[in-house]
Amino acid sequence: MNTLLLEFSVVALGVLLLLVDAFNDRTNKNYISYFGALGLAGVLALSFLPQINPLADGPTAAFISIDPGSTFFVRFLLIATIIVVLMTPSFVPVLERYVPAERKGGGVAEFAILPIFSCAGLMWMVRSVDFIMIFVALELATITLYILVTYLRQNQSSLEAGTKYLILGALSTGFLVYGISWIFGVTGTTNLALLPQAIASLPSNALLPLLFGIALIFVALSFKIAAFPFQFWVPDVYQGAPTPVTAYLSVASKAAGFVVLIRLVLVLLQVPVLAPKIMAVIVLLTALTLIFGNFSALPQTNLKRLLGYSSIAHAGYLLMGVASIGSLMAIPAIGFYFAGYLAMTLLAFLVLLVVAENTGGDEISRFNGLSKRSPLLAGAMLLSMASLAGIPFTAGFIGKLLIFYVAIKEGHFGLVVLGCVTVASGFYYYFKVVRAMYWQQPTESTAIPVSLTVKLLIALLGAGILALGIYPAPVLAALALR
Amino acid sequence: MSPLLLLILLPLFASLFIAVGANARRAALGAAFLNLILSIFLFARYDLHAGGWQFVSEWHVVPRLGINLILGADGLTLSMLLLSTLVTFSALWVAPKIEKQEGLYYIALLFISAGVIGAFSSLDVLFLYSFHELALIPTFLLIGIWGSGDRQAAAWKATIYLGTGSFVLLIGLLALYISMPADVRTFDLRQMTDLAANGHWNTSSPVIYLLLLIGFGTLVSLFPFHSWAPPAYASAPAPAAMLHAGVLKKFGLYGLIRIALTLFPPAVHEFFNPLLLILIIGNIGYIGYVTVAQKRLDWTIGYSSVMHMGYIFLGLAAYNLLGLNGAAILMFAHGLSVAAAFALCGEIRQRTGTLDYAELGGLAKSVPVLGLLFGFVAMASVGLPGFANFAGEILVFFGATAALPSTGYLMMITIIIGVWGVVISAIYMLRAYRNIFWGPIAARWESLTDISPTALYSVVLLLIPLMIAGFYPQFILKMVATLIPQ
Repeated sequence: MNTLLLEFSVVALGVLLLLVDAFNDRTNKNYISYFGALGLAGVLALSFLPQINPLADGPTAAFISIDPGSTFFVRFLLIATIIVVLMTPSFVPVLERYVPAERKGGGVAEFAILPIFSCAGLMWMVRSVDFIMIFVALELATITLYILVTYLRQNQSSLEAGTKYLILGALSTGFLVYGISWIFGVTGTTNLALLPQAIASLPSNALLPLLFGIALIFVALSFKIAAFPFQFWVPDVYQGAPTPVTAYLSVASKAAGFVVLIRLVLVLLQVPVLAPKIMAVIVLLTALTLIFGNFSALPQTNLKRLLGYSSIAHAGYLLMGVASIGSLMAIPAIGFYFAGYLAMTLLAFLVLLVVAENTGGDEISRFNGLSKRSPLLAGAMLLSMASLAGIPFTAGFIGKLLIFYVAIKEGHFGLVVLGCVTVASGFYYYFKVVRAMYWQQPTESTAIPVSLTVKLLIALLGAGILALGIYPAPVLAALALR
Repeated sequence: MSPLLLLILLPLFASLFIAVGANARRAALGAAFLNLILSIFLFARYDLHAGGWQFVSEWHVVPRLGINLILGADGLTLSMLLLSTLVTFSALWVAPKIEKQEGLYYIALLFISAGVIGAFSSLDVLFLYSFHELALIPTFLLIGIWGSGDRQAAAWKATIYLGTGSFVLLIGLLALYISMPADVRTFDLRQMTDLAANGHWNTSSPVIYLLLLIGFGTLVSLFPFHSWAPPAYASAPAPAAMLHAGVLKKFGLYGLIRIALTLFPPAVHEFFNPLLLILIIGNIGYIGYVTVAQKRLDWTIGYSSVMHMGYIFLGLAAYNLLGLNGAAILMFAHGLSVAAAFALCGEIRQRTGTLDYAELGGLAKSVPVLGLLFGFVAMASVGLPGFANFAGEILVFFGATAALPSTGYLMMITIIIGVWGVVISAIYMLRAYRNIFWGPIAARWESLTDISPTALYSVVLLLIPLMIAGFYPQFILKMVATLIPQ
C-alpha cells in the first residue's frame, strides 16, 4: 500500500487545491501557490520517513522500484516543483494579460496547480521499471505539460510553442509505443528486470528487430531529455512557453527522462551481445548533443532561447555520464549534476522571469545595466551563469568535474576533448549575459522591484549553488548508491 | 584558526562588508593591510631548520575521492604569499577615485587577491586549481567595465583563453589523478609527491605532462599561448593589471614547479626539454622583438611581461637547483617590478590621457618624481645589479649553463638568445624612458601635477623589497633553497 503513497499524496494535494479554488471567491490566487508549495514540502518531509520507502515487494514489485536512486530523484522532482509553483505569483501579470477570464484572477490557480499533477506523473515515472508503467506515467506528466505550454492562449508564441510541443510530443510517444511493441513482440516481456534473460535466450536473427525497438525508444527518450536526435523542438518551445513552464520542462521533465534512460541502459548493458552497440550509440548521441547544443547557443540573442540550447548542452554532459555508466561513480555524478543543474537553471529562469516582467522582453539586451538597476538580481544571475559555465566553488563545477572524472576513467577520451571545446564555447555564451548586466549601460535607471518570495527563492537557490560547490559531501553521500 | 585560511578569508569578508554597504576603499585597504602584516609575520615565523610544509591545516570535503581543503606553506609559498599581499595592498592603495560602481571594483580586486592567496597556499591540487579560477569573473568585469581602449575585445580574449586553458589544466589534473593506483588516489600534494618519489606511482605519461604544460603555460602566457596577455594588460585598469601580471601569472609557474617538476620523472622532462626550449626561444627572442616594435607604454610593458616569463621558464627547463632558485627569485622580482611598472603606467595615463610615445616627451620636467620612479622600475626590469631581477636572471643563466652537458646545442642557443634578450629589454625600456620623460616637452604637458604621495608610497612599497632581495638575495634564496627535492 505504501508503495505509491507519495505519488498519491501529490495527486490528492492537487485535487484538494482545485476544490479549494473552486469554492473560494478570493481574486488574489497567490495563496494557492503558497499552499501548494507547503503541501509539496510536506510530501518531501514525508519521503524522509523510513517506513515510507519500503523495499518493494508484493504485487507491485514487478512495476515499481523503490530504490535509493529513485527516491533521490523523487525528492529532486518535489523540490523543482515547489520552486516552479512559487514562481507563479511573480507571473500573475503575464497570466492576466494573455489568459482571458471572466473575472480577475481567473486561470491563475490552475497554472499553479497543473505542475503538481505533472510532478505526480514524473515521480511515478522515475519509480517505474516496466515499459507499460513508464508509458502511462509519462502520459500523465506530458498531457499536463501540453496544457501548460499553451497556457497563454492569447499569446501567439505560446500557442505556436504548444502546437509544436503537442505534435512532436505525440510523435515521440508514438515512437515509444512502437518501440515497446517491437521489444515485447521479440522478447515477450515489458518488464525491465526480465529483459536481459529474455534477450539472452533469443535466437541470433531476432537481434535486429530488438535493436530496432531499442532505437525507437532511444529516439523517444531523447525527446524527453532534449538530446540529439530529438532536440530541435527545444529552442522554439522554450522560447514560447510561459517561463515557469520552461523552467519545469528543462529541469523536472529532463530528469525523469534521464532516470528512465539510465534504467534502460543499465539493463541493456547486461547483455554481452548488445553492450558494445548500445555504448557506441550513446557515445555518438553524446557527441552530437554536445556539438549541437553548445555551438548553436553561441549566436543567440534571446536569453530564453539561449537557455534552451544550454539545456541541450547540459543534456550532452549528462549523457557523457550515461556513457560512463560502467564506473561506480557515474550515477552519483549524474545525480549530483542534476542537483546543481536544478539550482542554477531555476535561478536563471527566476531572474529572467522578474527582469522580463519589468523590461518587457526576454532578449539578452533587456539585461543591459541590470547591475545598476538591481544588484541583487544581477548578482544572482552572475552566480547562475558562473555555475552553468562551470566555474569553481559553484555546483556546476563539481558536477562537471565528476562527469569528466568518470568519462576519463572509462576511457572516453574523444568525448573529453570535445567537452573541453564545448566548455570553452560555454564560457562565451554564458558570459554574454554577464557582459550585458555589468558592462552595458541601462536604458532606464529605475530600480526593479523584487518581491519577498523572489528574494527568498534567490537566497535559497544561490545558497544551494554555493553549498553544493564548496561542500558537496552530504549530497554525494546521499548519492553513493550501488 | 589557521593563519592561511585567515589570509584567504579576510579579503572575502571585506567584499561581503562592501556588498552590504561599507566604505569600499577603507574596507578593502584594511583587509589588504592586515593581510600584508600577517604574511610578513608568517614569512618571519617560518622555521628554516625544520623546512617542509608548515602552518598546515586540513578540512574534509569529499573524503571518498580524496578531496580535502588542505592549506600549508613552505618557503616558496611564503615568498609568493608575501608577493601577493604586497602587490594587493599596493594595487588597492594606488587605485584612483572610482566614479562608477566603486564597490564592485574593490570587490573584484579583493576576489582576485583571495583567489591567488588560496591557490598558493593550497596543498590540495583541486583547490589549488579552483582558487585560481576565482579570478576569472573579476578579471572579465574589471577589464570590461573600467578598462580603456578596446576593452571589450581584450576582456573576451582573456576570458576565453584563461577559461579554456584552465579547463585543459583541469583535464590534465584529472588524468593525473586517475593515473594513480586505485587504492591510494588523492589530490593531496604531499602524498602525491611521496607516491611518485617512492615509485608506487608511475607518472611517466607524456600526454598528462603536455596537458599540464599547455594548461599552466596558457596562464603564464607561454609562447604561443600568450596572445591574450598584452591586450588584457593594456586595457585593464592599473590595479587589475598589477595583480594579474604581478601575481596571478606566477600561479602557472608555481603550479608547474609544484606539480609537473616535482611529480614527473627526469625522463619525461628530458623528452619535453627540446620543445620547451623552442617555446622559450619564442618567448624571449620573438616576443622580445615584438616588444621593441610597440608604440605605446602599456603594450610595451604587457609584452615585456610575456617576454620575461621566458627567463623563468628557462630556469625550470634547466631542471637543476640553481635554475629553480633563480626562477623562484625571478618570480618574486618580476611580480614586484611589473606591478610597479603598471602602477606608474596608470599614473601617467591619468595625467596625460595617452601612453603613445609619439605624443609624449619631456615629462621629467613637469613630473620629476614620477620620472625618477619610472627610471628605477625600468632599471629593475632590465635587470640592473642591485635589483632582485638581476640576481634571478644570473642564477637562471648559471643554472642553464650547468645543464649544458646534458641538454646540448639547443640549450646553448637558448642561452645565447636569452643573453641577447637582456639587451633587447634594455633597448625597449630605455627607449620608453627616453620617449616619455626626456627630450623636448610639449606645451600641454608643462602643467601636469607630480605623483601623489599615495601613489609614491605604494610604488616605493614595491621597490623596497625588490632592492632588499637585490642586495641580499638570501632573503628569498634561503626560503626556497631547501624546498626543491632533487
